Amino acid sequence: MACIEILFRISDKFTATSRHYVDRLFDPDPQNVLQGVIDMKNAVIGNNKQKANLIVLGAVPRLLYLLQQSSSSLELRTECAVVLGSLAMGTENNIKSLVDCHIIPALLQGLLCSDLIFIEACLRCLRTIFISPVTPVQLLYTDPTVIPHIMSLLSRSQHTQEYITQIFAHCCKTPEHQMVLFNHGAIQNIAPLLISPSYKVRMQALKCFSVLAYENAQVSMTLVNVLVDGEQLSQVFARMMQRDKPIEMQLTAAKCLTYMCRAGAIRTDDNCIILKTLPCLVRMCSKERLLEERVEGAETLAFLMEPDIELQRIASVTDHLVSMLADYFKYPSSVSAITDIKRLSKLRHTRDFCNQLDHDLKHAHELRQAAFKLYASLGSNDEDIRKKITETENMMDRIVSGLSESSIKVRLAAVRCLHSLSRSVQQLRTSFHDHAVWKPLMKLLQNAPDEVLVMASSTLCNLLLEFSPSKEPILESGVIELLCSLTQSDSPALRVNGIWALMNMAFQADQKVKVEIVRALGTEQLFRLLSDPDTNVLMKTLGLLRNLLSTRPHIDQIMSSHGKQIMQAVTLILEGEHSIEVKEQTLCILANIADGNTAKELIMTNDDMPQKIKYYMGHSNVKLQLAATFCISNLIWNEEDGSQERQDKLREMGFVDILHKLTQASDPSLCDRAKTAMQQYLA
Amino acid sequence: MSGPSSGCGFLMSVVVHGDLALNEQEKELNQRLKRLYPAVNEQETPLPRSWSPKDKFSYIGLSQNNLRVHYKGHGKTPKDAASVRATHPIPAACGVYYFEVKIISKGRDGYMGIGLSAQGVNMNRLPGWDKHSYGYHGDDGHSFCSSGTGQPYGPTFTTGDVIGCCVNLINNTCFYTKNGHSLGIAFTDLPPNLYPTVGLQTPGEVVDANFGQHPFVFDIEDYMREWRTKIQAQIDRFPIGEREGEWQAMIQKMVASYLVHHSYCATAEAFAKSTDQAVHEELASIKNRQKIQKLVLSGRMGEAIETTQQLYPSLLERNQDLLFMLKVRQFIEMVNGTDSEVRCLGGRSPKSQDCYPGSPRLFNSPVHKASSSQTYQTGTAEVEMELDHFSNGVSESSSNGFLNGSSTHGIDLEECDGDMGEIIIWRQLCGGSQAAIERMIQFGRELQSMSEHLRRERGKNSANKKMLKDAFSLLAYSDPWSSPVGYQLDSIQREPVCSTLNSAILETHNLPKQPPLALSVGQAAQCLSLMARTGSGSCAFASVDDYLH
Repeated sequence: MACIEILFRISDKFTATSRHYVDRLFDPDPQNVLQGVIDMKNAVIGNNKQKANLIVLGAVPRLLYLLQQSSSSLELRTECAVVLGSLAMGTENNIKSLVDCHIIPALLQGLLCSDLIFIEACLRCLRTIFISPVTPVQLLYTDPTVIPHIMSLLSRSQHTQEYITQIFAHCCKTPEHQMVLFNHGAIQNIAPLLISPSYKVRMQALKCFSVLAYENAQVSMTLVNVLVDGEQLSQVFARMMQRDKPIEMQLTAAKCLTYMCRAGAIRTDDNCIILKTLPCLVRMCSKERLLEERVEGAETLAFLMEPDIELQRIASVTDHLVSMLADYFKYPSSVSAITDIKRLSKLRHTRDFCNQLDHDLKHAHELRQAAFKLYASLGSNDEDIRKKITETENMMDRIVSGLSESSIKVRLAAVRCLHSLSRSVQQLRTSFHDHAVWKPLMKLLQNAPDEVLVMASSTLCNLLLEFSPSKEPILESGVIELLCSLTQSDSPALRVNGIWALMNMAFQADQKVKVEIVRALGTEQLFRLLSDPDTNVLMKTLGLLRNLLSTRPHIDQIMSSHGKQIMQAVTLILEGEHSIEVKEQTLCILANIADGNTAKELIMTNDDMPQKIKYYMGHSNVKLQLAATFCISNLIWNEEDGSQERQDKLREMGFVDILHKLTQASDPSLCDRAKTAMQQYLA
Repeated sequence: MSGPSSGCGFLMSVVVHGDLALNEQEKELNQRLKRLYPAVNEQETPLPRSWSPKDKFSYIGLSQNNLRVHYKGHGKTPKDAASVRATHPIPAACGVYYFEVKIISKGRDGYMGIGLSAQGVNMNRLPGWDKHSYGYHGDDGHSFCSSGTGQPYGPTFTTGDVIGCCVNLINNTCFYTKNGHSLGIAFTDLPPNLYPTVGLQTPGEVVDANFGQHPFVFDIEDYMREWRTKIQAQIDRFPIGEREGEWQAMIQKMVASYLVHHSYCATAEAFAKSTDQAVHEELASIKNRQKIQKLVLSGRMGEAIETTQQLYPSLLERNQDLLFMLKVRQFIEMVNGTDSEVRCLGGRSPKSQDCYPGSPRLFNSPVHKASSSQTYQTGTAEVEMELDHFSNGVSESSSNGFLNGSSTHGIDLEECDGDMGEIIIWRQLCGGSQAAIERMIQFGRELQSMSEHLRRERGKNSANKKMLKDAFSLLAYSDPWSSPVGYQLDSIQREPVCSTLNSAILETHNLPKQPPLALSVGQAAQCLSLMARTGSGSCAFASVDDYLH
């Protein structure tokens, strides 16, 4: 389709001259062919229309043929590579056409030639093709002999260095790519280029390291031990962050150090992180920087300090970062606002102004999501910082509107930010309630993609904490069904969050809520969760059970309707291979059951259960001993119906001896617990 | 002090020589200040080095070379607040100024303020509370901008913290640092001539200042690098608009006149040819000056004087001080063993005298006739008007590095460089020859009588007197080269002599005694010092030397 369209648009005269160029490629005299290619080269420079014409008229396969023919002169082959490189400089469609003609294997094949000029022409063309977003990077890795060969060309000239490092920097997108390059000696080969006399080479080499080190411990660990001209690589990077260096260089060097730090290769309290990388990244967030730089700076900084409270504290007081980030929101927030401004500006005939606006609009989403990410990272641990963030002008409003933005990236970042702030008891009590953040959050939970859902549901867990004033309105909004459906998700994270939220919801809840949870979840699902492969899910489910089984009337009511299944599940877990924590939680449930009036009998009449309790009272782990003792203590408690009988029965089973032994235990709380239980017998 | 020197460096060398018992810390301080603020002329605007024992409230106590400040009042109410200022205000020529204060003890309440204040601001207050006073307070982390109420600014600070205060004299802002981390801009639109200031308010509060005595915790040099780059980019991108051609022509003229001035005739000819300009002096005349200069620069003063007298008969007669200077230099070269008279006696044959074809012609008029170079001429005129005023600066500081360059260029020209090279291998008085020594002593006597004659005729001349005294002092040492006056024997000392003689010759022919290039370099240097005086901080990062390689 596109071809036909283009053909129609080309004027006859234009096609005629273009066809003439192509025809000359088929001349029987090689000298004429060479001259034809040279003329073609001069004709296409800077002329996108001519480039498109030649492609449509089939120049590419012929050029590739000439380039690959060993009978062609070296000069002709080189000129062909140059023309192809020029065609690649045009539109994205040009690149697609070139790639469709299998230009990449042809050029890679060309690299095997020994002539440097020809190699450089091929590399230059390959570079142009590979840095285009439409080229599948995988094409670089299809032939396993390519990477080692390209690596060996690094020593040939400054041009090969520039093109190759640029290709690597663009084509290293996955851990597999990192490992291929790493295994073929990328680090040793590229490190010396960091002190190349050419700025372009230095810069591209630096970019290579940033993509190689990203989330890659092996690369990062290797990098710290590399010496360049007797200097450690981290020092070389630190020097590249000096404030008189180009911004691009400062930013990329900061990325390298950030990735090395996150991969554990550099400590977070290392001076080059704390006094160089962090301040450098904060500077990248300043108003003076370009929008792209501000986005990258904020994202990298968020990544750097995510796990480290000390870095978060330092960043929070560096150069007014918290209020500097508020500026990230001062760009047109909706398309309608933009078009309004555009209409106005048309009156003034300022095209530049419009272009500027397009640019701003394009980056507005990016800026907002970057700011949210950085706020999320800043506030993930320190209460004072969270307070500072929420006190920033209109912050909560911005998060609330961010939650319902059209861009998924912004929504995700906004909910991350909200999640980070929701770890604050104080904020849950105040700003979260004041701005009714639960409303957009609930909306977000409907039909969101999984990654958003994970964050949103995790935030919801915090909003459902007992002291959160948002808990009531959320309950009333009918969230239970939604949470129950989350527990059926394929994603373990969503299952955990769903059951966790239910657990929080059930904590000290009304009978009505508890019944509703059990009903909505269904015992079948509850027991399915108890055999969930994810320990977190299992723990939270036990937690939910424990919260459901609290206060005597609730215990008896639930046990009367679901007692059999619950006892089965408890037995199963106590018999199974589980961690101490899981077993402890299960014994606590059992202790709660033992606290019920009628529920007690479910234990007493069970054949195995007292034996199991006995076993855990003699367990080597104190926590389990304690929980089991608690359980017995509840069973033999005086002043309750049938306590005498239970005491007698359990005495017969040898519990008194065990309790007596436990009163001698070295652990003071276990000792106390056993003594209290013994007193029930003495009274 | 060699290489490019500035006023500041000059003063420091005086200080260093003046007090030999200077301790390490002061040496480090001087080095650091010189490195950080090379553009500051400390003779005009000394840098703060300590707190002033005179400019403080009575509740302030100073110790440890006036660097430690402690509170010694009651500290009951804000009325007991007390401050101290540094000895000097911050010079604008710093460009970016920085000092740090370490909190040794926060005392009872930690009501400490760190900042800046103008001279005369009440010292019974914390910095920031009054007009022309600015402070960052430790108890609440607020900044106080000439007001009793603070603004939330940064974190609080307490015992063990190091607080830095940076004044940017280019955009007149100030930011603080805490333990090496920049806290962001605190004040804008600062007035000039602020003093570093600290204030304390409760008993037990003790702080130490670091004006450069120790390395700073914050990397201030990195911040300065950024501003240096900014200013230099501003200069590089200075818009010249439509006048590019005009600028080029002007620069070509300046280069040509410089080459002619220093008698690089071959280069000057080639340059004039390729840039299509006229040379305003006869080639022969240029060659004559070149000849004389080469003689002076190779230490053959006797021949130089003779040649000058031969070519420009009335010049030295009319200018007795110049002749005296040349002869003193000749005496020094005799001691050195390089002057032709003693070299001949020392057994080494002097270079045979060249004969000079024809007599020197009159020079062409020096003023450019083309009317298109209006701006250039105006510029020159202005420079000349100010010439007397700043000629010191030109010859002492900026033109030093400048002439260094010219001497190397000069000697490698044309035929003579092998013969005229230095042959002082043995470093013996007058080359080690007894006859030469006798000749030198006799010459010394002649010089003495010439000096007396000059004094009788024209009155006392302290410069001449000192010149002679320094030269004679050489004989007081068994090894003059390593004596305190030995510097005179260095060949570099020939350069000012050479330059003065050249200028004098040119002047007699109505040519400028300094080339326009040197003048504009001098003017640029002068503009920079004027900027420093009027408070434009960007002068710190635009050193003329940076542009002269």
